[in-house]
Parts: sequence; C-alpha cells; structure tokens
Amino acid sequence: MTERAATTSILNNSEFRRILYQLLIAALLIYLGWSIVENTIANMEARDIRTGFGFLNETAGFSIMMSLVPYEPGNTYGRVFIVGLLNTLLVAGVGVVLATIVGFLVGVMRLSQNWVVSHLANIYVEIFRNVPLLLQILFWYTAVLKPLPGPRQVFERNTEIYFGISNRGITGPEFILLENFSFTTWTILLGILFTIGMHRWSKHRQAATGQQFPVVFVGLGLIIGLPILIFLLSGAPIEFTPAKMGRFNLSGGITIIPEFLAVLLALALYTAAFIAEIVRAGIQAINYGQTEASRALGLRNGTTLKMVIIPQAMRIIIPPLTSQYLNLTKNSALAAAIAYPDLVATFAGTALNQNGQALETLAITMTVYLSLSLLTSAFMNWFNSRVKLVER
Amino acid sequence: MNTLPNPESRAQPVIQIQKMNKWFGQFHVLKEIDLEVVTGERIVICGPSGSGKSTLIRCINRLEEHQEGQIVVDGVELTNDLKHIEHVRREVGMVFQHFNLFPHLTVLENCTLAPIWVRKQPKAEAEATAMKYLERVKIPEQAEKYPGQLSGGQQQRVAIARSLCMQPRIMLFDEPTSALDPEMIKEVLDVMIELADTGMTMLVVTHEMGFARTVANRVIFMDDGQIIEQNKPEEFFNNPQSDRTKLFLSQILQH
Repeated sequence: MTERAATTSILNNSEFRRILYQLLIAALLIYLGWSIVENTIANMEARDIRTGFGFLNETAGFSIMMSLVPYEPGNTYGRVFIVGLLNTLLVAGVGVVLATIVGFLVGVMRLSQNWVVSHLANIYVEIFRNVPLLLQILFWYTAVLKPLPGPRQVFERNTEIYFGISNRGITGPEFILLENFSFTTWTILLGILFTIGMHRWSKHRQAATGQQFPVVFVGLGLIIGLPILIFLLSGAPIEFTPAKMGRFNLSGGITIIPEFLAVLLALALYTAAFIAEIVRAGIQAINYGQTEASRALGLRNGTTLKMVIIPQAMRIIIPPLTSQYLNLTKNSALAAAIAYPDLVATFAGTALNQNGQALETLAITMTVYLSLSLLTSAFMNWFNSRVKLVER
Repeated sequence: MNTLPNPESRAQPVIQIQKMNKWFGQFHVLKEIDLEVVTGERIVICGPSGSGKSTLIRCINRLEEHQEGQIVVDGVELTNDLKHIEHVRREVGMVFQHFNLFPHLTVLENCTLAPIWVRKQPKAEAEATAMKYLERVKIPEQAEKYPGQLSGGQQQRVAIARSLCMQPRIMLFDEPTSALDPEMIKEVLDVMIELADTGMTMLVVTHEMGFARTVANRVIFMDDGQIIEQNKPEEFFNNPQSDRTKLFLSQILQH
C-alpha cells in the first residue's frame, strides 16, 4: 500500500492539481490583462490619442438644457459630469419613489375582490410590462408631450403664468420664501419630533395600559395640518414670481422639461408593473392559514395586515424589489434616446464626442453606475437582514 | 336521526344551529344541520373525509359563511354584522390542523398578539397570562423561541396556548393531531384532556377514537353533509344505529 502511494506521480495528487489549475488560470488572466493594457497604450500612442484625466478641467463649451446646479458653456467637463450625474440621480430617485407607490397600489389592486379593479390592474401590468422601455420613452415624448400645443397657442402674449402645460413642459412660478416662512419650517420640524415622541409614548402606554392611540391621524395633523395653519397665520410668506409670456417665448418661472417628464413616466410606470407583480406574489405567498388564524383570534383585517401579513410579505418582496430599483437606475441611461441630459447623454455623449477620451469617460461613467448599484443593494441587503425570519 | 336526551337539561345552550345549509358553488356541503351545544359539553365530530365536519365547525366562528338557517353562538346570531362576528370570534378559540402559528413572532408574541390588540390588555398582563398558559401546555421554556425552532407537537401546544390566552368560552379543534408524527400525538392529546378537565366547552374534529371514548360526552357522525348519528361514546361505539356509521367504524377501528 505505502509503496504504491510513494511511487504514484505528484500529478495524481488532487490537492496539487487543484493548486496547479488555479495558478494556471491566474497566470492566464494576468497575461491577458497586461497584454490588453499594453496594446491599448501602444495603439493610443501610435495614433496620438491623449490619455489621463486632465480633460476634466478643460472648458466644455456647450450648453445643457437642464441642470440642478449653476452651469454655463464656459464651465469644465468636470462640471458637465456633476450636472449629468445629478440629472441621472434626480430621474432615478423620483422614479424609484413613484414606481414604488404605483407598484404597491397596483399590486394590491390585483388582489382585490372587485372584478373591475383587479382586471384594470391586470391590464395595466400586462401592457406596461410587455412593451419595450425604449418604445415607452419615445411614446411619452414624441406621441404625448411633444404634440402638445406650443406656448404661443397656450398662453396669451404679455401675460403672467402661474401654471400651464405646453410642449415646453410644465411651467410654474418661481418662488421665494420670505423671512416669516421660518415659522412654518420650525412647525414642521417640531411636528415631526413631536410625532416621533408620540409614537414612543403610545407604544409605552399600550404596553402599560393596553389603550391604543391614533398616532397616524394626530401625526398627520401635526406635520401637515398645523404647519398650514401657521403658514396662513404668519401671512402666507411665500412670494411667487410668475413666468412671463413674451412676444415669442416664455421667460422666467420654473419649467419641468418634457424630456424629464417622458423619461420619468416611462421608467416609473414600466418598473411599477414589475413591482406590482412582486407585491402580488409576496402577499399571495403568505399562507391563507395566517389570515384564518388571525381571524379566529378576533383580529380585525387592518391589524391582521399590519401585524401578520405585511411583516411576512416584506421579507419576500424586498430582494426582488432591490433588483427592480437597480434596473430602474440603469435603465435611466436610455434617457439619451430623447436627449434628456443625464450622465450618458451629456458626459458620455456630447462631452465625449468633443474630447474623444473614450476610455477615461466610459470608465468613469461605468464606475458611477456600478457604485450606485452596489450602494443600493448594500442598503437593501442590510434592510433585509434586519427583518429576516428565524428558522432553527 | 338520533336525538339525544339532554344530559344537563337546565344548562344554557351556548351554540344553537338550526336548519343550517351551506353550498360551495353548486356543491351542497352542509344539509339541514341542527345542533345544540351546552356549556361544558365535549363533542367529538367524526366521519369520512369530505363529509363537511371541518366546514361545520368553521361556520361556528364564521371562517365560512352559511347561506341558510341560523347559527347563534353565546347569544349572538352570526350574520354579516361585523360587530357580531367580532364578538363571537373573541369568545371562540380555534386550533388548526397545520397550527398556523405566526412564524415572524416568538412563541410569547404569538400568545400576546390578540390579547393586546383585541382585548386591549397591557403588555405585562398579556405576557403573564401567556406564561400561565404556556406552563399549562408544558413549554414555558420555549417562550422566546420562534415557531420554526419547535417540533410539530410543541407548535400545536403553542397554538392551543395562543387560543386560550384570549380566554374563550368555546374551543374548536380542526383535526389537531392529523399533521403530527405519531410520537407527538400523545403530548397534544394530553393537553386537550387536561383542558377538558377544566370544564371547557369543546368541539373536536378528529379521528382519534380513543380520545373520543375517554373525553367526549357526545360523538357526532357526519357523512355527505349531514349529521347521521349522535350518541354517548359507549353507545356510539358499541351499538351504532345506521349502516353508514357501522361501515365507518369498521374501517377506522380495524387495526
């Protein structure tokens, strides 16, 4: 036995083989990576293509139709990057919130006992889920928002405009908060603090005496109702500067451009259809026995939902919901199709066309999306681990 | 049909069912059911599967709606009136075949959920009551565990404790031992026997004929949505009246 073991070649040792294969693969990968980099550098040098990130400090020289921070053509490519990034974050952030609200609503509607309601929800899901997103963006933009009449048809010349919709988008007044508005701000903040305190107090009281307190209603009153009252009492301290319709064009005011609206609507409604399915599946996955047991104990339907069904359904809903949030964020890159100035359209589009530094630009842009996605899923994983079910 | 002279004729009936009919779509599951239960009675309902025995007890706490006839529980008639249904469900506890514990709550939380939200008890009081009943079902040491960490028999005992925490006047058992491994059936039956000794009114759907013999003071045999026969256990087992009862008993007691 021992003799045979000794004479066997080391090549037959499984441990040795495992290490050998890993070393071979690692060596191959290093060689491939190195040759790609070397090749690229050699080729770029041969064609006189600049490298490095110095271009970020050069003047961009083009205008962007929408920016959340001050921007003018004299600014740098670095500034273009910021503007594009913020526009992407804006449409993705608002999109995620909107998609979640619509998705949960439609998902619950699909489970409704009411034939009309559940079928409406069903039709919504089937339509929005099964039409390509790019087509939906084009639909909202070219078929819905752009054919609206222009400002000259909608608004009378030399009028002040407080609210209006035209093919320029949604126009509203600019507003300035006057000094007295701080009363309202403080009321809102105090209302929130008070509501948090009240929530704790009512939990304690319920634990101690069993009495329940309508925290939600009183809280809404404190956070919304009271500030409105204070706002009115302090003399409605907001000054509106309306937009003006000139001879040919609109000036002043605030405009939400149709490109933003089209991308937002398409992203939110498309993703909401998927979220609705996730929510429906999550709720349906809860065994009906849970509802029956709650009923048999005398719990009301609202309490059953709050204490039994939703806590369990959320555990099923959260992981796929995360991937929908990631999808929405990544899909926002399709905004480039209708020239909404997101990161891809501005920084990896117009700017790249001018400066030609494709490698650096695309590397930066891809890193941005990668980081956004990893951050989102890290957050959702943390959230999920907090509510996980204990089994054994 | 065999009507029984009421053993405690002065006792108030706590459940009265009169000419009750129920359909699932076209299917007539319960036909002209008449049943009176007095306080402290222990009734075992048996019969072949699909005979409507589970549906019958599920009508008593309105997990199922009946279409014709009358059900009065604890002096309250079951109609669409939500207040009536809430009242009845507070007074009627139920134990299910598959336990239906809440997996995201600890054993203790399972037991205190309804007392806190329905009876509006202070948490400390609800927990004290829960511990008392967990001791009675002999698992106080599992209070902080989750249902997924317990065996089937332990889970069913928690389910019984959970129902008892609402301090119901009537307990319904829907095949409480059918989903259990054989070695766990006894621990659950023992708890039920002890409960019977406290004078609880119990309606039990089960195939455990030993339990029926020793605990029940009335056995009801159902088939095809009807009550075929009801009698005291010794009469029922030794001297069954109808052919269908005889057939059923011969099948179930063969081994």
